[in-house]
Amino acid sequence: MRVAELSMAVVMAIFSLYLMWKSTELPIGWIPAEGPGGGAFPFWLSLGMLLCCLWMIGRWVTRTSPPSRSTEPFMTPQTLKLFLLVAGSLAAMIGLIHIIGVYGAVPLFLIFYIRFLGRHSWAIAGSLAVSTPIAAFLFFEIALKKTLPKGYTEPLFYPLYDFFY
Amino acid sequence: MEVLGLLINGFVIAFEPLNLALIVAGVVVGLFIGAMPGLGSVNGVAILLPMTFLVPPTSAVIFLAAIYYGAMYGGAISSIMLGIPGASTAVATTFDGRPLALKGQADKALVAAAAASFVGGSISVVLFTLFALPLAGVALAFGPPETFALMVLAFATFIGLGGDDIPKTLFSILIGLVFSTVGLDIISGEPRLIFGGLTGFYHGINFLVLAIGIYGIGEMLWTIEISQGEVLMSKATVSFRRILSNLRDLKGNIKTMIMGSFLGYFVGILPAAGATPGSLMAYGVAKTMSKNPETYGKGNIDGVVAPEAANNAASTGSMLPMLTLGIPGSPTTAILLGGMVIWGLEPGPLVFTDHPDFVWGLIASLYAANLFALLINIGFIPAFIWVLKMPFTILAPIIFVLCVVGGYVPTQSMHDVWLMLIFGVVGYFMRKLDYPMAPMVLAIVLGPLAEPAMRQSLIGSQGDVMIFFERPISGTIMVIALFLIVLPLIKNMRKRRKRNAANGPN
Repeated sequence: MRVAELSMAVVMAIFSLYLMWKSTELPIGWIPAEGPGGGAFPFWLSLGMLLCCLWMIGRWVTRTSPPSRSTEPFMTPQTLKLFLLVAGSLAAMIGLIHIIGVYGAVPLFLIFYIRFLGRHSWAIAGSLAVSTPIAAFLFFEIALKKTLPKGYTEPLFYPLYDFFY
Repeated sequence: MEVLGLLINGFVIAFEPLNLALIVAGVVVGLFIGAMPGLGSVNGVAILLPMTFLVPPTSAVIFLAAIYYGAMYGGAISSIMLGIPGASTAVATTFDGRPLALKGQADKALVAAAAASFVGGSISVVLFTLFALPLAGVALAFGPPETFALMVLAFATFIGLGGDDIPKTLFSILIGLVFSTVGLDIISGEPRLIFGGLTGFYHGINFLVLAIGIYGIGEMLWTIEISQGEVLMSKATVSFRRILSNLRDLKGNIKTMIMGSFLGYFVGILPAAGATPGSLMAYGVAKTMSKNPETYGKGNIDGVVAPEAANNAASTGSMLPMLTLGIPGSPTTAILLGGMVIWGLEPGPLVFTDHPDFVWGLIASLYAANLFALLINIGFIPAFIWVLKMPFTILAPIIFVLCVVGGYVPTQSMHDVWLMLIFGVVGYFMRKLDYPMAPMVLAIVLGPLAEPAMRQSLIGSQGDVMIFFERPISGTIMVIALFLIVLPLIKNMRKRRKRNAANGPN
């Protein structure tokens, strides 16, 4: 927990510096007759972020904040494994959407999660993997008229478009 | 009398078949979301906001407000049955609700929670109706300095009353504000903070991306982590006769209900305070006022009644500043406010004159939602208990899919979906380290309103910061805000002095 607390503060301090540098792409000073420049607001706020990070680091050194005193591990091996599986499969699903679209990626994700992570029966996993995309299609594409990304599977939907529109 | 006419008009709108159906649907969805451990009104409203583009703004806000309302009722269910707060707003309900359930009086606690929620909701809705117009009238006189001062007050409340680590709260506010400046600079029109030159940043960071990332993905990751262990479910027997006799038993608790309602309502109005501190405070006051405070925490029915009346009252209260001033009173209303902007309504006092149907339809729908929530809640207690038994490994992936699709729909860009995942994961880590997340979401919603207000004020005063202090209203607000910011420092110093005094003689 102690290491995590310090790492987060340091990473965020670096991020604040980056934001400050990035803000200076626009004028951060006073422009006569125009008021503060476009970069001023984010610049001073990022400076504030940096100061907060330094404050947190200070509290880490003096051990005044609860996480900097805690001896518990930030993540137990079991939690870490679970986190990597869940976040990893989520990232994989989003990545796959680019290639095989929502209607390919979502069923795969649901089957992986429900069948292999949740250890439920194939019947539950299969029925949800089929019904969720259908519900999503009817709701978003037909009712809301918002097309969801389909990647390379787009041609497969032409007959459906013809049918509904 | 003007109010009465407007309210009747509002009822006509709220009882349109579509809106009435949405109220009932919203209450049911809200009850289920609230009943699920870890998910509260914020999560429900954040994840479901993209679904409301189908209907007109008035119906959309009615639906979301009904979810908000239902979730306040539902939060008590898992607090009592599982001992896990269904939402942060129901934390105080576990203190006495859980012991009651363990004593085999779960149904008594559930009925008491529902009845208290109804009383809290009813009282606060009436107060809301009475206060809305006068407050909006005052707000009409506000210029940019007053608007900016109010925003400062909203953030100061987090620092002064939030009770979280101060540098972390401040950091959370600032990073939210910086994220809100990404995109095109509103005054000069130049691109700003385009990270890595990615074109996806030109349209700015949509607040929904941050909200769904944090309250959808981040919260789910968090819940998955804490729900690894087995949870003990209490048994409850529910029958119509028992419900009636339980209701009759509640006569002695009416005083606590009324106290909780008023307290919750006024805490709810405070910008950024919301229902969680409201319910905790009500619990504390009920305990101090009680003749036998030692029974609290061991299953005193007043300990369920006070926080439940307060959290419902606060949820209504927090909508008052959202509608009249354009400043949200809670994280959930921050998201509703962001929704109003998406629907094309300018938040602030002008909504009352420009879109009376929207405002009064919403207010009237609160009356209706309150009644439906009570009936559905009591009628469906067995169903909610069944939902609580549903394995999280089925629920979680479906919610994840909803988040991903919901994050894509508003802007239809995959860039936002990736950003949402990053926010979710980083938000989850930050939450583990006690960074409060609500201020960040509030800041990204208020940022686009705060920055122009500040810049316009400064242009008007030619760079003199004193403009925020010289005008009477903004000056008063600023002084209160500054007081709230230094409040924790004073508290800290006192604590240290006390500790020193205690250590001194030894």
